[in-house]
Amino acid sequence: MTQKLKLPPQVKETELRDLYKQMWLIRFFEEKVDEFFAKGMIHGTTHLSVGQEASAVGSIAVLEEQDKITSTHRGHGHCIAKGATVNGMMAELFGRTTGYCKGKGGSMHIADVDKGNLGANGIVGGGFAIAAGAALTSQMKNAGYVVLCFFGDGASNEGSFHEAINLASIWKLPVVFICENNQYGMSGPVREMINIEDIAARAASYGIPGKVVDGNDVFDVMNGVSEAVERARNGEGPSIIEAKTYRSKGHSKSDAKKYRTREEEKEWQLRDPIKLMAEVLIEEGIFTQQEADQIKAEAKKEIEESVEFAKNSPEPTLDALMEDIYA
Amino acid sequence: MRELTYLEAVREAMSQEMRDNEDVFVLGEDIGVYGGAFGVTRGMIEEFGPERIRNTPISEAAISGTAVGAALTGMRPILELQFSDFMTIAMDNMVNQAAKIRYMYGGKGKVPMVLRTPAGSGTGAAAQHSQSLEAWMAHIPGLKVVQPSTAYDAKGLLKAAIDDDNPVIFYEHKLCYRTKSDVPEELYSIPLGKADIKKQGTDVTIVATAIMVHRALEAAEELEKEGIHAEVIDPRTLVPLDIDTIVQSVQKTGRLVVVHEAVKRGGFGGEIASLIAESEAFDYLDAPIKRLGGKAVPIPYNPELEKAAVPGVADIVTAVKETLNRL
Repeated sequence: MTQKLKLPPQVKETELRDLYKQMWLIRFFEEKVDEFFAKGMIHGTTHLSVGQEASAVGSIAVLEEQDKITSTHRGHGHCIAKGATVNGMMAELFGRTTGYCKGKGGSMHIADVDKGNLGANGIVGGGFAIAAGAALTSQMKNAGYVVLCFFGDGASNEGSFHEAINLASIWKLPVVFICENNQYGMSGPVREMINIEDIAARAASYGIPGKVVDGNDVFDVMNGVSEAVERARNGEGPSIIEAKTYRSKGHSKSDAKKYRTREEEKEWQLRDPIKLMAEVLIEEGIFTQQEADQIKAEAKKEIEESVEFAKNSPEPTLDALMEDIYA
Repeated sequence: MRELTYLEAVREAMSQEMRDNEDVFVLGEDIGVYGGAFGVTRGMIEEFGPERIRNTPISEAAISGTAVGAALTGMRPILELQFSDFMTIAMDNMVNQAAKIRYMYGGKGKVPMVLRTPAGSGTGAAAQHSQSLEAWMAHIPGLKVVQPSTAYDAKGLLKAAIDDDNPVIFYEHKLCYRTKSDVPEELYSIPLGKADIKKQGTDVTIVATAIMVHRALEAAEELEKEGIHAEVIDPRTLVPLDIDTIVQSVQKTGRLVVVHEAVKRGGFGGEIASLIAESEAFDYLDAPIKRLGGKAVPIPYNPELEKAAVPGVADIVTAVKETLNRL
């Protein structure tokens, strides 16, 4: 094995095909969603993580089945990487009863609590304390699971960031805070909104490790997160991992992207995370170009099937309106 | 039967629940050796230890969200929010997270937590430590809102709140803390959504909450001297609200006075008055419904001004006489 394909102990070489497929599932899922919004086939809004697939897939790859995540408003990738079915997700975006939230949550609230996905979140910074609470349960019940808390560069300026990370730090909670720094909080460039180079450097104020990884390199992400997850699992407390990446699409469906240049976008596209992953895997002999194409085709087919599944799923009846408000 | 103060009754309910159920724990600011700002948790850390009586940093946004996350993953946290005014800082977690998670997730997941918090004026704590903001929370689908007025009710309602699978906001009026009533030693539950007729009467219905229950009873006693028999009803829980008991009472008396300490404008009394106006009790009304509430002013420091800001016994007596044309 060469330097490029240094895998953390939690990830086996045999899993790499699946992880590569996850990358494409996320990409195709979101491109399909983008298309449907443009055509007016889906209503509401959505936030796409095209270009950020590696931070979702790489982080979650090091988790065990019982581990949990909290996600963000840009959460499709996290859901797929945590094992959500694209059928259930697509159906949710179509507002159908077979969706993860029976059509009541939409893009911003997909969750699968039983499988450890504690939910996407429409509130920027809303996941920090929930993740800390889930980690507290793990600690108090001696359950052994770790929680990954995804957040963006924008959320790192919310008060909840400070409060929850401080709390997690003093209680040594088994949680890893993963910053997906995609350079923009809606239209706000990180260089204008934060006066330091690395958000990970804020870890110093909580007495915990902070590490920057290449968010477009799935292997760099998994290695960085691996260490932090082990530390959390061993009872040594939280860490912050900052994955530097780029949001290829706009903030949401209505974004003319006036705040950045097309040149900048092109520059980042050269480092497309899926392309980078394929290059390494082919070079390392994990699969051939032909096999890579085949995996890509499989992913595309699954997304096409999810669309059929969603379209053929029933709309909720109006009786459902007042259901599930209280347990 | 033995007497307990309201404060002791709250503590006893928590302690007995904690002996029965390992999943129940308390978190909050200064609740450890200090015993909480009002002494409610005094002695509990000695019995249950610092793991289950969790002293937290001054971080209302973190501790409220941590309670949500812990509840979502299988614990039954009781959060002590030092003053109900600090709800503003915990609001996002209660309103945007706790209240909505179950519905947003299509009925999957539940948030069984209690947020206990001292409310109300009368202690000279002035504008930022004396408010009655329960109407805010009652407005939010997904939350339950409890406002006990006696020690007996506090113990039984707190048990019900802890056992409930939903987020419950439990308001403890500071002036009620030292009031006493007979409280059984064994643990008992008072169902949420069941009003209590604190005094039977035939001439007028007074619906009062929290400390106003005590003032309404005092007023009723004075009115008895003049041959006016007031019925005093304590809804005990605003959500769910036992409107039936109030409707039946108004059908009997033909007159309604609603009194709470919270600012009258936008207060919960307006909701009760409207429900009666919309109900079958409307035809039985012999006089316009009267609402008494706090003046639309921040609670002032000067004790005489402070008293004047909220309804007193004399105000209730006058309001009742007005509805009876007996002034």
